[in-house]
Amino acid sequence: MTFDPVIAVLLIPAGTAMLLAVLPGYRLTARINVLAALASFVVAFSLFFHRPGQGQYFHVDDLNNVFIVLTTFVGFTTSVFSASYIGHELEIGRLTLVFLRFYHAMYQVLMFAMNLALVANNIGLMWVAIELATLTTVLMVGIYRTHEALEAAWKYFILGSVGIALALFGTILVYMAARPIMGEGADAMVWTSLVVRAAEFDPALLNLAFVFLLLGYGTKVGLAPLHAWLPDAHAEGPTPISAVLSGLLLNVALYALLRFKMLLAVNPAALAPGPLLVTMGLISLVFAAFMLYRRRDIKRMFAYSSIEHMGIIAFAFGMGGPLANFAGLLHMTMHSLTKSAIFFAVGHIAQVKGTQQIAEMGGLTQTNPVLGWGLVLGVIAIAGMPPLGIFTSEFLVVSSTFARAPWLAIILVFGLLVGFGALFLRLNAVAFGEPRGKSGETHASYAPMFAHLALVLLAGVYMPPALVGWFQNVAKLLG
Amino acid sequence: MSRFMFDVAHMLAGSLVLVSFLQLYQDRLYALLNVYAAHAVVLALSVAWQAYAQDAPHLFVTAAIALVFKAIIIPIALHRIIVRLGIHREIEKVVGVGPAMLIGMGLVALAMVVMLRVTAEADPLAREDLAFALSVVLLGLLMMVTRRNAVSQVVGFMSLENGLVLAATGAKGMPLVVEISVAFSILIAFIVIGIFLFRIRERFDTVDLQVLDSYRGERR
Repeated sequence: MTFDPVIAVLLIPAGTAMLLAVLPGYRLTARINVLAALASFVVAFSLFFHRPGQGQYFHVDDLNNVFIVLTTFVGFTTSVFSASYIGHELEIGRLTLVFLRFYHAMYQVLMFAMNLALVANNIGLMWVAIELATLTTVLMVGIYRTHEALEAAWKYFILGSVGIALALFGTILVYMAARPIMGEGADAMVWTSLVVRAAEFDPALLNLAFVFLLLGYGTKVGLAPLHAWLPDAHAEGPTPISAVLSGLLLNVALYALLRFKMLLAVNPAALAPGPLLVTMGLISLVFAAFMLYRRRDIKRMFAYSSIEHMGIIAFAFGMGGPLANFAGLLHMTMHSLTKSAIFFAVGHIAQVKGTQQIAEMGGLTQTNPVLGWGLVLGVIAIAGMPPLGIFTSEFLVVSSTFARAPWLAIILVFGLLVGFGALFLRLNAVAFGEPRGKSGETHASYAPMFAHLALVLLAGVYMPPALVGWFQNVAKLLG
Repeated sequence: MSRFMFDVAHMLAGSLVLVSFLQLYQDRLYALLNVYAAHAVVLALSVAWQAYAQDAPHLFVTAAIALVFKAIIIPIALHRIIVRLGIHREIEKVVGVGPAMLIGMGLVALAMVVMLRVTAEADPLAREDLAFALSVVLLGLLMMVTRRNAVSQVVGFMSLENGLVLAATGAKGMPLVVEISVAFSILIAFIVIGIFLFRIRERFDTVDLQVLDSYRGERR
């Protein structure tokens, strides 16, 4: 049997999850977690060079290759951050060893589920994978078992399950649309076969299916008005999970939507999915930008910022065309890296201060200079200041929109500016001024945070031509 | 497909919608669980009939899951949780019985109009099945929003899910149906275990979600 990277990228997390579920101890399991995440990343990276042929269940093309590499990379850095973060949580007794074992196993199950959703060629399999990812994150969000954590987990659970259920109905409708053309059986759910013949499908059924899929997977992307679970889930779970949720799981759900968007794009009689995504994207952006002003909990604030950025990404993909798609892809990558870096900083800050309330933290750049400046850098990046990568992608989104739909661009810029103001207002309170609140000790690992920020800076200053070419290729694929 | 096959499938799917309506106006938890068990039994019959009519033996697995897991194990487990938590009081509703039934009828009408128009070219059995399935899904959603109690919301979600299984089995020859129904059963098992393990009673003294909702994260 030859080595198949696609199978490996699934088997490594799955096998590690089983191993971690039975192994005791903290140091050993945290290390195994990091090693497994690193191995997945290396294997995923090898997909750039060698790619197995597509099968009934799995396939890798230019589009999902980018997603897999990004997912495994952030999964790896988050596992490094998680090792130091969880160590502190154990010390202060917020987590017990039993829960820790569970946490590590679930972390790998989540990585498995996300990788499976990304490489799945079968739309039913993709649905099962996203359901599994939802389940594991629900369990992780509730892991502290406080009143707030349980409410957040319950809310996420109910809203997530309804979203998942609607997405399944949409998936069934896609099969119904495909069946008269493709015949019965497995072939009518294989994405690569569907996209070839989607032009012949019944457009009315496809439209209806897309509406259900948009509502279903859109809930998981966190698009307003379906976002209600997202701030709670981010605020109450362990911070590594907030980083993975924001940086990765939202992307995976968006990836599912993009696949179905590509199906509809092939069929000339079906409705254009673009305007729907554009509308939901803009609503999310403007709504979240205003909501940023009233946040008192730092993790909730950055959760709203994630809604804002998912809105921008959905907007860019909704506009379509090579330039907007390129901008959307770049923005998604940059947002994943930046937002998880911010959550790494916020996680340690919350540990130092012993609270997540913004009012009780202040003057971080004086008390904890490395953490404080890391956060400042992250917020500068997420707010879209040059020369960091998010500036580049936001600039591309805005300029490509101005050329085609100036009115939409005005709303877009308005939303961006409102969010910009809120972020700096809060950053000022947290990072500068008189030190407020208590300051404790934490064994922070800064490497993941600064590695992400360095990549974002690099992308803003110099994009390697190979990467640009790759993204352009994918943008063309997205239509 | 013979006329008889079609009529029976039609009748079973229609009964599922009817039982969904029965669930809407139950105001005691035990009664609600009994009606849910009936819902699952009707689903099992319907799936089994589809398995026979489509000559698709793997669907019998889905039917068996519906019968054993949803009609027996889950109601018994929830029953025990209710006893353990001592919440067999009346269910608090957001909307009264009358308006809930009217909204329900509106939703069924909507499902019929949308599905029958959209699927004009599909074969008649699948069409009717999808229309009924969408009705059950929408009624399940309605139940979730009109209840405040965690257990009855879960029952609403499970009946919604029954609608999805009906749709999946109605789509002739759809692959992975068994896998999907297993995945859903795991999801439901997790919900039920979750209610139990999280010991919502112990921590909050109630499973009434309005009490849970007291926390919004911004009002401390």
